[in-house]
Amino acid sequence: MSIILQARHINKSFHDPITVPVLKDVTFSIEKGEFVSIVGKSGCGKSTLLYVLSTMDTDYEGELEVDGELMTGKKAQKLAQVRNEKIGFVFQFHYLLNEFSVLRNVMLPGLKLNKYTEKEVEQRAMERLAMLGIEDLATKMVNQLSGGQKQRVAIARALINDPHIIMGDEPTGNLDKKNSEIVFDIFKTLSEKYQQTLLIVTHDPEFAHRTKRIIEMEDGRIIRQ
Amino acid sequence: MKLIINIAESLLLARWRQTLVAAIGVTFSITMFITLLSFMTGLNDLLDSLIVNRTPHVRLYNEIKPSKDQPITKTVEYKDYYNFIHSVKTSGSRQELYNSGAIMQSIQKDDRVLGLAPRVAAQVFFNDGTIDITGVINGVDVQAENKLFHFNEYVVGGNYIDLKNVANSIILGKALAQKLLVNIGDVVQITTSKGEIFPLKVVGFFQSGINDIDKVQSYASITTVQKLLGQSNSYITDIQVKLKDITEAPAIAKEWAVLYGCDAEDIQTANSQFETGNFIRSLISYVVGVVLLIVAGFGIYNILNMMIYEKMDSIAILKATGFSGGDVKYIFIFIALSIGLFGGVTGLILGYVLSAIINQIPFVTAALPTITTYPINYNPLFYIIGISFSIITTYFAGWFPARKASKVDPVIIIRGK
Repeated sequence: MSIILQARHINKSFHDPITVPVLKDVTFSIEKGEFVSIVGKSGCGKSTLLYVLSTMDTDYEGELEVDGELMTGKKAQKLAQVRNEKIGFVFQFHYLLNEFSVLRNVMLPGLKLNKYTEKEVEQRAMERLAMLGIEDLATKMVNQLSGGQKQRVAIARALINDPHIIMGDEPTGNLDKKNSEIVFDIFKTLSEKYQQTLLIVTHDPEFAHRTKRIIEMEDGRIIRQ
Repeated sequence: MKLIINIAESLLLARWRQTLVAAIGVTFSITMFITLLSFMTGLNDLLDSLIVNRTPHVRLYNEIKPSKDQPITKTVEYKDYYNFIHSVKTSGSRQELYNSGAIMQSIQKDDRVLGLAPRVAAQVFFNDGTIDITGVINGVDVQAENKLFHFNEYVVGGNYIDLKNVANSIILGKALAQKLLVNIGDVVQITTSKGEIFPLKVVGFFQSGINDIDKVQSYASITTVQKLLGQSNSYITDIQVKLKDITEAPAIAKEWAVLYGCDAEDIQTANSQFETGNFIRSLISYVVGVVLLIVAGFGIYNILNMMIYEKMDSIAILKATGFSGGDVKYIFIFIALSIGLFGGVTGLILGYVLSAIINQIPFVTAALPTITTYPINYNPLFYIIGISFSIITTYFAGWFPARKASKVDPVIIIRGK
């Protein structure tokens, strides 16, 4: 099994207004096809860790490798490219662009990657929407959707470029029981059927227990994995 | 690039009301800039033309004045002394320009010169019953005068060309005509300084805008005045010259004074108060223009700034899904430039329309008989400045916040929720 994500001795502090360490010597790795959840109490640094791992937050010490490539110290341009190609995101809030239709939202990262023609990207976007059972929403505007639907569109968007890993920051945190269940089932299907690597931050123990591997954090450290 | 333009377009159209408000902000600023500057410079040009149109750039004449070289200064032994002479009297020099025909020929050939008009001035009395009114008759070459000094624009009654076509004719200042109670077609009696009485036929009135001038001045053809004075047809007292470039006048006046051995006065010296006024008016125009642009610039900057900060969420999402800082920057610069271009062009059109409307508003003034509406200067330069300015300011107004947005960590925005 190949290692998709490798974090070595990650340290991070917030400096405003006083220096507070939030991540202390975090080291772990994720292999291809794993379904991992990070759990911990509010404020333990799990979201912060996820942002560091996602390459969006570059203000840390230590080393981060994605797909065997060192991310630490890379230029913003390059990191954006890595995020585009190799990482898919699902946030607690859906973070879709209200200005675009559902289909366009899913297509945007694909168009940015510029690997396929617009027609092909559209085709792929429709495939993913169909996979999540929401192909009939494709032409709707984002603000016409329910919370659960939005979250599923966000997952479709995360999948558009066949990422090496999907990261989720409390993707079910804002959803009711039924929709949480749908989202979890989607993740499970992705993991089992498509061997998609998933790294999900959650404070929902039930959600975490159903994943294959749990990383538990407390006070900026990993206490169990 | 196509994708970036596409995204920018969607962002613009999705909130079209906001886009419209931003564009209207630009439009308003540019409209005001164009209109005010066109109007102000229009008025300025009007005031300039009051003086410049009827004043020669260089005037050649012979001043009645005491001789500069008194005999004692020419005496060798007292040459280096300070000599004080009391009660110097002017010599009986003539007002006539010597050798005027040759001077005129030589000036005509100078390629800095636009044209020249000779004049003969005569002091006369207008006989009104028992009262004599002093006045001046200017003998003019009607066609040259008209070409260079827009003579016809000041002739309010009758036809100016009759001055040439009708023998022994005169065009009276309007105020003078009212004093003399004459109409076109009437005959006025004048007495020359030598005591001869002439009847002249009134063929028109002129109004210069300065009542004091209209009370004393009148015009006749050169030959008529030469006849009044009992002089030959080579008798010329003034040569009025218009140059191609008015700023050369002082230098040329000096040159000619030496060359032709007469007095030469340039417009800048003759109308120094006008020069000052002109300078101040131009200064005010420029200051107003610059202030308008600065105010407009800040307005545009503010609107775009707010627009971009409102879209911070979208920036974070785009960055999280793999768009680089550069992409984000170009998207917003493109948005800014489209607003600038659209708003600017609309501003130019509205500015033109507004100035055209002002140009139709009646404006009647005694000073300028030919002006009936407010003047507008349709200088294409204002339009070029206007559109360049709107594009440049919107570019920077987009560039600064866009650069900031491109640098921001998406995490900070996402976590901020």
